[in-house]
Amino acid sequence: MAIPTVMGTEIEFGIMVKNDPDFDPISSCVLIVNAYREEPDGKILWDYDQENPLADARGFQVEGEKYTPNQQENIARNKTLINGARYYVDHAHPEYSCPEVTNARDLVIHEKAGERVIEISRREANNLLPDGAQMLIYKNNSDRKGNSYGCHENYLMDRRTSFKKIVEPLLPFFSTRQIWCGAGKVGSESRNHPCDYQISQRADFFETEVALDTMVKRPIVNTRDEPHADREKYRRLHVIVGDSNMSEYTIYLRNGVTALILSMIEDGAISKDLTLRDPVRTIRAVSHDLSLAHELTMDDGSARTALEIQSDFLEMALAYTSSRSLDPVQKDVLQKWQEVIEALGRDPMELDTKIDWIIKKRLIERYMGRKNLAWDDSQVQMLDLQYHDSRPDKGLYHVLERQGKVERIVTDDEIQHALYNPPRDTRAFFRGECLRRYSTEVFGVNWDSISFGFEDDSVKRIMMAEPLKGTSEFVEELLERSETAAELLENMGT
Amino acid sequence: MATFIRDPKTLGTHRQVDAQADPMPFYLAAGEQKQKNKGGGGDDGDGEKGEGGQKLAEKGDELKEEMDELLDEIDNVLEENAEEFVKNYVQRGGE
Repeated sequence: MAIPTVMGTEIEFGIMVKNDPDFDPISSCVLIVNAYREEPDGKILWDYDQENPLADARGFQVEGEKYTPNQQENIARNKTLINGARYYVDHAHPEYSCPEVTNARDLVIHEKAGERVIEISRREANNLLPDGAQMLIYKNNSDRKGNSYGCHENYLMDRRTSFKKIVEPLLPFFSTRQIWCGAGKVGSESRNHPCDYQISQRADFFETEVALDTMVKRPIVNTRDEPHADREKYRRLHVIVGDSNMSEYTIYLRNGVTALILSMIEDGAISKDLTLRDPVRTIRAVSHDLSLAHELTMDDGSARTALEIQSDFLEMALAYTSSRSLDPVQKDVLQKWQEVIEALGRDPMELDTKIDWIIKKRLIERYMGRKNLAWDDSQVQMLDLQYHDSRPDKGLYHVLERQGKVERIVTDDEIQHALYNPPRDTRAFFRGECLRRYSTEVFGVNWDSISFGFEDDSVKRIMMAEPLKGTSEFVEELLERSETAAELLENMGT
Repeated sequence: MATFIRDPKTLGTHRQVDAQADPMPFYLAAGEQKQKNKGGGGDDGDGEKGEGGQKLAEKGDELKEEMDELLDEIDNVLEENAEEFVKNYVQRGGE
């Protein structure tokens, strides 16, 4: 039996300061992350003791230096929020890692809450900039000059499922799922493969099939083996192949369908061999083929289109779920995915309110029509970039949303609530509630631990190796009767 | 018991001030605008039957009007000096 879904996303945002000749991305990131203030606002460390990004899922440890900042730098670069999220500086980007959630609907809510956290901080940070300078933030993945930054999905998986069993079906699935979850992009990164418009922001940046790297020679399947949970029982699949999506509908499908496919892998329900001859070449070819008609070479020499491969996955999913009871969100995800696959077969432009790359393409084409622009016009590139702009009044996705031109999955109230409240059904509840209630006593946090510091200089760490414990069901009553962290620890019997 | 659970609404006076200062309060504008759109588009209730063609044409006009409204707004908000702007948008690789 597949384990229950636990997932989250980490989004790196693009950042620039308009009218600032001395713009420095790293100090701008520190500024923006620290401009976000919560009350209580403790000086809390990110607990790097618990990190091991160099462990490889294929069973070895890669040599390299583990990054551990000093205490001051640590506090300046990391924030853990009362909604259970981590908000921090990652290299030269502000990054938001949403709290662990159990379903695609909550994922949309919390990923969108992250966009608001970024926007709130951006405004605060702007107050601190010199007159005329303005900080701008983009939820995209490419500067169109060869640099990419990521949108990473994380899924908890059963350690008993071998990594090889995970990789085989994922290579064709990840190479082709972009046809319904790509964010769309004007132009190409490669002079040898020019194009006007392509389906994915990220596809041009993938160079290998399977590897540990995320910054160079990016792999379609990433092997980072850092479960942030009991490593005897779990692995965390770290998916780096996706785009940063704006559309709620697209985010919902991206995580909902992928979680379903992973459950199918755990249950041995991938009955068809869809191995591609060359996944790296395929992921680029699929992204550059707006007709969805390009034939891909399968390992056995036969040919299939990306849509046919996705239809095969859908067929297997329908067979898998026919004998299982799904929760309402899973049922809805599956139904919407089926509708999307069918619409892609008729006319992708039917999805111009649902799927990012199609919403964006429609918008750009309409504007090009009005202004008589060509694809290589800088205004067209501007439309692409500004689609991802975080400002509610100027971001083009937000304009479309305001005018009712995109379909929504969640409500503004739900997103607003998630700014200050953790999900109740994962360990994020315990993390967030401890920060809310005992912030002055919280010393350090990581995904699977929280430690408290006391006046006598002692530090006590509570491990949270089970992502589905620490939920409101397990700990709310305990928290209610513990006025202080010291009482909490006493009541826990530590 | 619950006195030490702080009401999120009381968090950060900071943010409240900011929301007031803004001509288009954060995400409040979204709801208002939607209502406005609904009001504008809902006046096609009493069309006579047998004039399907005309209705279709009206529907077409309505869609065109909506699209014009969208493109007008995009014209208003699109960054000026696009060429300079996209040229200056340079990021370091991340992840």
